[in-house]
Amino acid sequence: MDFTLSPDILQMRETVQTFIREQVEPHATEIEEQDEVPFAILEKSRQLGLFGLSIPEQYGGLGLSMVDKCAVFEELGKTINGYTTIIGAHNGIGSVGLVEFGTPEQKLRYLPKMAAGEWMGAFALTEPEAGSNAAAMTTRAVRHGSRYILDGQKIYITNAPYAHVFTVMAVTDPSRGPKGITSFIVERDFPGLRVGRIEKKMGLHGSHTAPIYFEAMEVPANNVLGQEGQGYVNALKILANGRAGLAARSLGSSQYLLDKSLEYSLQRQQFGRPIFEQQILQHYLADMATDIETLRWMTYRVAWMADQGMPVIKEAAMLKLYGSEVYNRVADKAVQIHGGMGYIADYPIERFYRDARITRIYEGTSEIQKNIIAAQIKKDFLKSR
Amino acid sequence: MKILVTVKQVPDTATKIQIRADGQGIQEDGIKWVINPYDEFAIEEALRIKEKQGGEVVIVALGPSRVEEAVRQSLAMGADRAVVISTDAAVDPAAAATALAAVCGEEGFDLILTGKQAVDDDSAQVGPMIAANLGLPQVTVVLKLEVDEAGHRLRAERELEGATEIVELPYPAVVTAQRGLNEPRYPTLPNIMKAKKKEVRRVSMDSLSLALDPRVTVNRLFAPPERPEPTILSGEPEETAKELVRLLHSEAKVL
Ligand SMILES: Cc1cc2nc3c(=O)[nH]c(=O)nc-3n(C[C@H](O)[C@H](O)[C@H](O)COP(=O)(O)OP(=O)(O)OC[C@H]3O[C@@H](n4cnc5c(N)ncnc54)[C@H](O)[C@@H]3O)c2cc1C
Repeated sequence: MDFTLSPDILQMRETVQTFIREQVEPHATEIEEQDEVPFAILEKSRQLGLFGLSIPEQYGGLGLSMVDKCAVFEELGKTINGYTTIIGAHNGIGSVGLVEFGTPEQKLRYLPKMAAGEWMGAFALTEPEAGSNAAAMTTRAVRHGSRYILDGQKIYITNAPYAHVFTVMAVTDPSRGPKGITSFIVERDFPGLRVGRIEKKMGLHGSHTAPIYFEAMEVPANNVLGQEGQGYVNALKILANGRAGLAARSLGSSQYLLDKSLEYSLQRQQFGRPIFEQQILQHYLADMATDIETLRWMTYRVAWMADQGMPVIKEAAMLKLYGSEVYNRVADKAVQIHGGMGYIADYPIERFYRDARITRIYEGTSEIQKNIIAAQIKKDFLKSR
Repeated sequence: MKILVTVKQVPDTATKIQIRADGQGIQEDGIKWVINPYDEFAIEEALRIKEKQGGEVVIVALGPSRVEEAVRQSLAMGADRAVVISTDAAVDPAAAATALAAVCGEEGFDLILTGKQAVDDDSAQVGPMIAANLGLPQVTVVLKLEVDEAGHRLRAERELEGATEIVELPYPAVVTAQRGLNEPRYPTLPNIMKAKKKEVRRVSMDSLSLALDPRVTVNRLFAPPERPEPTILSGEPEETAKELVRLLHSEAKVL
């Protein structure tokens, strides 16, 4: 197994590092406090090419492999997570459906503008009564000739207030349960689409999440994504694809927190010496570093498996689970190592601590990941007997 | 307009340099290598001229295999292709200029751009020597460059101590770039991908059959002496002033 990154991706990673250092980090506190979408920075991110990570080169994107995409996401995880989430959701769940299941006509219509960052992507699965149990959704799509009429509501949709292209799951045949769900490509200005009030969140400031309402919204039949009745499976595949990227972001954030904690513990003096000299803090740092290293190899291994076309349902669930748990553990220790400073909002540790929390909830909670893992290992076990 | 940009790879300016045990050079392992910052201004200027007037930007680099990284970076900024003169030998400014001039001459060009100096050995000789080798006019330490294609002339502003000198010259010519000429661009991610597909022609330095005996050899490199601990005087100003004068006179021997 060769886990060295190619020279191109090393160069990209360095370019992203420089961009984050010079263009994003200096504004992190301001983004956090104002909780406004950093459109000026997004514009620069567009120019850099950060909106086309998943989109094939023929449609103007970079067409990165999963390994390469994770290398970029790891760097993006090292700055304010609200910014990372805007870019991550667009490149992940917001555009992967079109890349994977779109017809050539659909790809031609949407992907070049999405790769250029002119049209941002969002993914709309969750409903008030259908969270972990997404198949319980009630948003209805009824066909009338060459179009569908959609009625219903989605909630907690990342990027909804400024996205242009939504991958929306809706029920086309209520009698068939999960097999009666279809995915659609919905444009922001389709008549009948309305974005609701922006949620106030614990973290991820700078990225906005809101409900969307479909009120007799018309969608051309050409905008069905994939096969009718395949919407639920599509959604699971899109989410599975996003898991490695999400873990890579958690990895970057965890590494950032370890670096900050090392720096602080070596410089902060108590009882006449750096607090690093206290063995208990050394052990905290050693635990953090070991967790992070494990997560790193798991991330690139699963990404590599996905690139080889190997099935990764179980591994991607393990990775998403582990990445989220590591990020939360590391953030907790980072606050502890920083003492009072770790709790004060002038310093970034407190922000990462709050931002870490969502990773155990969205794109499938930690509990749901464990359900997926358990179901898979049971299946594998029974097959092997 | 066909523009050649000669590019040198140098240790990152943030690198802590260690001198090799034999004192003949620096320890190279663990060093981060970058494009000489002044050469970046030259690349940027070449790209801007090309974007305005059309043409081609070709990178010409010299050195061991690691220079390919600097070449890739230059291509990712937007240069069209590259020629690399490969050699593992230590090359003095005269030999570098001779080899670069030979390859530039063979390539053909309207303009050669490069940095005013490389930040590793700071010799500032290669640009002028390329011009001399090729019998071309040259203008160095340039802060502003205008190309008059119709009149086939350049107008350059160059930095002098406390003044700006404006010169005009015909081209083909050699121009060396000063900080302030422009603001070099980031390579964008799509351009990094595109750079993979650009042509890099490799020429071995030996195959050029040039007389490249070094005119300058390095005898010894050594670090500047460690600064001694400062003496801090405390007490009443009248006394510390007296003590300072005494120390400057009898210890530092500057008074
Ligand atoms: C900031 C943010 C951004 C989001 N972005 C998007 C987006 O872009 N698109 C989108 O579609 N959705 C998005 N979501 C929704 C998110 O994916 C859901 O909140 C998540 O899947 C959980 O659903 P729920 O909130 O309904 O919780 P519930 O499903 O009600 O779960 C509550 C608790 O019960 C547990 N639980 C539920 N069922 C089981 C079970 N079978 N076994 C064990 N435990 C179980 C859960 O793990 C959790 O601990 C976002 C949410 C947030 C907060």
